Amino acid sequence: MSILKDALESGKFGITAEMAPPKGYDFTEQMEAAELLAGKVHAVNVTDMQSASLKASGIGLCIKLKQAGVEPILQITGRDRNRMAIMGDVLSAASFGIDTMLALTGDHPVVGDCKDSKPVYDLDSVGILKMLSKMEETNCDCGGNEIAGGAPKFYKGASVTPVYEPIFLQINKLRQKVEAGAMYVQTQGIFDLDTFKRFLEKVDAAGIKTHIMAGIIPLKAAGMAKYMNENVPGIDVPQHMIDRLAAAAAEGKEKGIKGLPMQLGMEMAAEMIAKIKDEHLCDGVHIMAIGAEKNVPTILDKAGLYI
Amino acid sequence: MIITQKKPIEEIMAMVGDAKTVGIVGCGSCATACQTGGEAQIAELTAVLEQAGKKVVATTVADYCCMNLGVKGKMKAINAANPDCVICMSCGDGVQCVAKNAGNAPVYPSNNTMYLGEAVRFGVWEEACRFCGECVLGQTGAICPITQCAKSLVNGPCGGQKNGKCEVNPENDCAWIKIYNRLEATGQLEKLTQTREDKGYAAHAYPRTISLKKGK
Repeated sequence: MSILKDALESGKFGITAEMAPPKGYDFTEQMEAAELLAGKVHAVNVTDMQSASLKASGIGLCIKLKQAGVEPILQITGRDRNRMAIMGDVLSAASFGIDTMLALTGDHPVVGDCKDSKPVYDLDSVGILKMLSKMEETNCDCGGNEIAGGAPKFYKGASVTPVYEPIFLQINKLRQKVEAGAMYVQTQGIFDLDTFKRFLEKVDAAGIKTHIMAGIIPLKAAGMAKYMNENVPGIDVPQHMIDRLAAAAAEGKEKGIKGLPMQLGMEMAAEMIAKIKDEHLCDGVHIMAIGAEKNVPTILDKAGLYI
Repeated sequence: MIITQKKPIEEIMAMVGDAKTVGIVGCGSCATACQTGGEAQIAELTAVLEQAGKKVVATTVADYCCMNLGVKGKMKAINAANPDCVICMSCGDGVQCVAKNAGNAPVYPSNNTMYLGEAVRFGVWEEACRFCGECVLGQTGAICPITQCAKSLVNGPCGGQKNGKCEVNPENDCAWIKIYNRLEATGQLEKLTQTREDKGYAAHAYPRTISLKKGK
């Protein structure tokens, strides 16, 4: 049974991290990070060529993580696979004991690094969830044919962007995802708790019942925050955070100490995580360290958060 | 209408190759409107071919290159001139229809066929329909998500818009925000909350034929 499901359904504060497979076939770095994360998080998302940047396929890293004792969350986008390919991957994943997944529509190939690739989008996030729910209900594949030995059961998740205008569209799509079978939802990175609270109120007002995990992106530098504000949809880092990071960089330069902005970013992330938990705002956190997965245990320590 | 764009002349000349005599068929409908296959473009292409030492032995403009019966009549004059090849200045449909009526002469397209679109103003055509075969415009404020959304999403937007612009082409507005605004203006926002059934692609296997006689 899904460890994340166990945690969330039993009322524990869920903790997940995120990892990308390499652009290559040497998974050493990922497995080193996995060793550090083992026992600290309930599960680790494995991204599906995020930002449409070519990587080894997620199912491979999911299998490796599973073998290393870290629960993987298989992210599946509709960008590169039609419904048959998605269902085939899900069946293979199940045979390795992978039982937790997260559906996404997927960034378009033209924003990625293999621009000539044909976008598929046979199914979007809602479509993927519906297909898997139906598979579980009917024990049949996407063509209505019986699956030998019955269908595997997945703890299915989705994502949501709390900073979105008009928010009606995000709430409406979230409702569709939950109706389609999403039992937990990880949000895009949040940096302002008041905005997040307003979003949660809207989710409540819409009568949407699901486990929400707040997305946390530890900032590494003022430049990274500015870049994300300008380029990443749904990201809105407040100016005061950017200023603090810039001040830390200046202090580091003056004193000849490296890494002060990253340390501050980790502290800010820990502070936000602790607040979210103390104020019982939502059911868990999803930490997207974007390559700095080794920092996640320290952040969790600082936040006083353990599984 | 079907929006076409002229192929580079080098590509046309490469197709014509060693042929010495050429027949040209224009199209009086979409390609004339797109300035890719009317009388003026036939004259333009004739001049280029003759400058390259080719002889244009016959030209004609079919009312619609996509209507077999009309094309059959127009092709009589072209076939009578017995050209080494025929250039058809219409959409891809017209080229195929002309080829069926050109005897053994090879038929080459002078245009690339782009999309079904709308002439929004003089000389500007926007893509409007992708022939999905299951029109949803009644639910989406007469704004097509299959065409206007770069991912053809049917259940609402992805998370990729930034300031209302599409992640794929920041010059384009997010289709789903346009749909939202339109439905809000027409007092029909509840249409966004209705469930859409996935119809799949089984009915999309091509090539298809629609026949009124068969009642299909």
